[in-house]
Amino acid sequence: MRVLAAMSGGVDSAVAAARAVEAGHDVTGVHLALSKNPQTYRTGARGCCTIEDSRDARRAADVIGIPFYVWDMAERFHEDVVENFYDEYANGRTPNPCLRCNEKIKFAAVLDRAMALGFDAVATGHYARKGEDGLLRRAVDPGKDQSYVLAVLTPAQLAHSMFPLGDTPKDQVRIEAEERGLAVARKPDSHDICFIADGDTAGFLKNRLGSATGDIVDSATGEVLGSHDGSHQFTVGQRHGLGLKRPAADGRPRYVLSITPVDNRVEVGPREALRVDRIRTGAPVWLAPERTGAFDAEIQLRAHGEVYPATVAVEDGGLTARLHKPAYGVAAGQALVVYDPDAGQGDAVLASGTIDTADRATDGAAEPLAAARA
Amino acid sequence: MAYLDHAATTPMLPQALDVYVRTARSLGNASSLHGSGRTARRTVEEARERVAEALGAKPGEVIFTGSGTEADNLAVKGVHWARRTEGRNRVVTTAIEHHAVADAVAWLGDHEKADVTELRVDKIGRVDTAEVAALLDERAAEITVITCMWANNEVGTLQPVAEIAALAESHGVPVHTDAVQAVGHVPVDFAASGAAALTLSGHKLGGPTGTGALLLRRDVTAVPLLHGGGQEREIRSGTLDVPGIAALAEAVAHAVRTQETESKRLAALRDDLVARVRRAVPDAVYNGDPEHRLPGNAHLSFPGCEGDALLMLLDAAGVECATGSACSAGIAQPSHVLLAMGADPDDARSSLRFTLGWPTTKADVDALVAAIPEAVRRAKTAGLT
Repeated sequence: MRVLAAMSGGVDSAVAAARAVEAGHDVTGVHLALSKNPQTYRTGARGCCTIEDSRDARRAADVIGIPFYVWDMAERFHEDVVENFYDEYANGRTPNPCLRCNEKIKFAAVLDRAMALGFDAVATGHYARKGEDGLLRRAVDPGKDQSYVLAVLTPAQLAHSMFPLGDTPKDQVRIEAEERGLAVARKPDSHDICFIADGDTAGFLKNRLGSATGDIVDSATGEVLGSHDGSHQFTVGQRHGLGLKRPAADGRPRYVLSITPVDNRVEVGPREALRVDRIRTGAPVWLAPERTGAFDAEIQLRAHGEVYPATVAVEDGGLTARLHKPAYGVAAGQALVVYDPDAGQGDAVLASGTIDTADRATDGAAEPLAAARA
Repeated sequence: MAYLDHAATTPMLPQALDVYVRTARSLGNASSLHGSGRTARRTVEEARERVAEALGAKPGEVIFTGSGTEADNLAVKGVHWARRTEGRNRVVTTAIEHHAVADAVAWLGDHEKADVTELRVDKIGRVDTAEVAALLDERAAEITVITCMWANNEVGTLQPVAEIAALAESHGVPVHTDAVQAVGHVPVDFAASGAAALTLSGHKLGGPTGTGALLLRRDVTAVPLLHGGGQEREIRSGTLDVPGIAALAEAVAHAVRTQETESKRLAALRDDLVARVRRAVPDAVYNGDPEHRLPGNAHLSFPGCEGDALLMLLDAAGVECATGSACSAGIAQPSHVLLAMGADPDDARSSLRFTLGWPTTKADVDALVAAIPEAVRRAKTAGLT
């Protein structure tokens, strides 16, 4: 196959490209330039869009022995990922830009362009597996599994994607990179948001969305506990950075419970108040054959987050998950990903949807369907 | 593999490579006073005489540099600095200069508070001499230097350098011309051009990369960029690169000697290339001056295609060319030359530059003509994303 390897300049995508070559594919390396002015994004060697990263990717392509180009995706990235990031925060939600980038850039704009130019597939360094059945499955390395941020792919996109690292633990990938003579073998992993150079998300948002003083309110009493300079700087479940001088009466920490951008209001309260057992999403993307009735599954609510057993149903065009054990601090804007547990081949992604609401539907937790039937 | 990017760099001529290797084996700093030094100095001075003779200059006007970029910077900044006085602080340039000139001028504007006037070009990329005449009538006393390239590196259009120099001469304003793409490809006579300074580069005409020269009239002063041993009239310090200079002179002499026949051969190949590509891709647009252009330059736009995509597809098919757009961190920007010629940004991004050189044969053109239809078909499908 003619394979386009997306090379970020990191160790994972370099080894993925090398493996695609070894598997007998005709591979071309492409680095995606995501900023018109690379210096405005990450400085240092941790991100995915600096001049240095582009050079690292080029050197890896040299070592692997494949042609290499830079594709300018800056405009698309800005429109579809960065602007969406601002919009979501402005609406009191918490977006996952990596997931949006996969959905709109890597497996959409890039894949489309690659297909038009005669490629058969796009290979990336994501840690996820594609089963024989064509399903997207968790990677072997549970600590690195990235099936969550890939769960927004459609079956058609997935069919033209390759994840050569899914069956390998990360430390093995580093060893392999070393053996292959790839200079990026010891390059640190990227963790933060690539387009926020200094990691200061609040500052980045304030720059664009501005500051406006608003109240921090006790959700139970309505008492104004303090002030903030922009509700977009908060995330549901957030505990630090509230800047409240007075401790809660019971001395326990307070968390952000809700954000109301219209009133620029942030409500806080105890951890118990974050407890939810029902989560609703917008329109789902199905990676497995679509289900109609309710079914038991596992759900994940953030990247590398905890997994919850739940009963999932399609209601009002979205997914509704009733959790069998409560979750805390579920933020709208994150993805709800539904997995079919499978210890042997890896849990398979069934569907995903963007979280709209999370609430407490029952006093206890929902029961599994199986138990209810019994 | 068909290499059609000779304006980026062209292989060294075999005779220049021979001279380089032979000279590189011998010892000597051209500034030393002993026998080895005298031998090296002799090689340099003979090279200087050869370059001067080939280009209508006097030997004393030849200043060897480490690149065309360096010579451009030396001319633009050096002459500006030397002539800058109270009330005279204006650099005149064109909208289509190579970055070696354009960025040097921009730097003078940003960091040295120079006033900058940019001459416009018409649809075929040619500077209007009437605009120059009007500017001189109005502001000659403010102008330190006018810099106008001899031939454009992207679209190949030849510029009216001699006319501009004649106009400037009557006002006592020196003219620099970046002739990197011209020397060895079209007739270039420094004295006859009337220019005060002229840049050439080794690797564009069959000499080594890392060599260049500035022809600088003796009555024009340039403040040096590099200070040190005082070589090259104390204008360009640095130990002389004896083998590089000798090979550069060999290449210049050869390219100028064969220029007339070679330019006819290349123009015929180029015309064949353009005709056949346009037959294969009827909506392709031929950019630049159809007549007064570099013989080895074919610059074409392919509407609906992205230049980058075409380049990649042709590269995969074994045909190497350029998009003719400047690169910043690997991100292609629409060419400032095409934008100056009035192209809209999409058209500017849809163009390719094919440049022919001394090793180019009909087989290279055949390879392009064979590969272009499929590349255009695919690139059109991908569109201007």
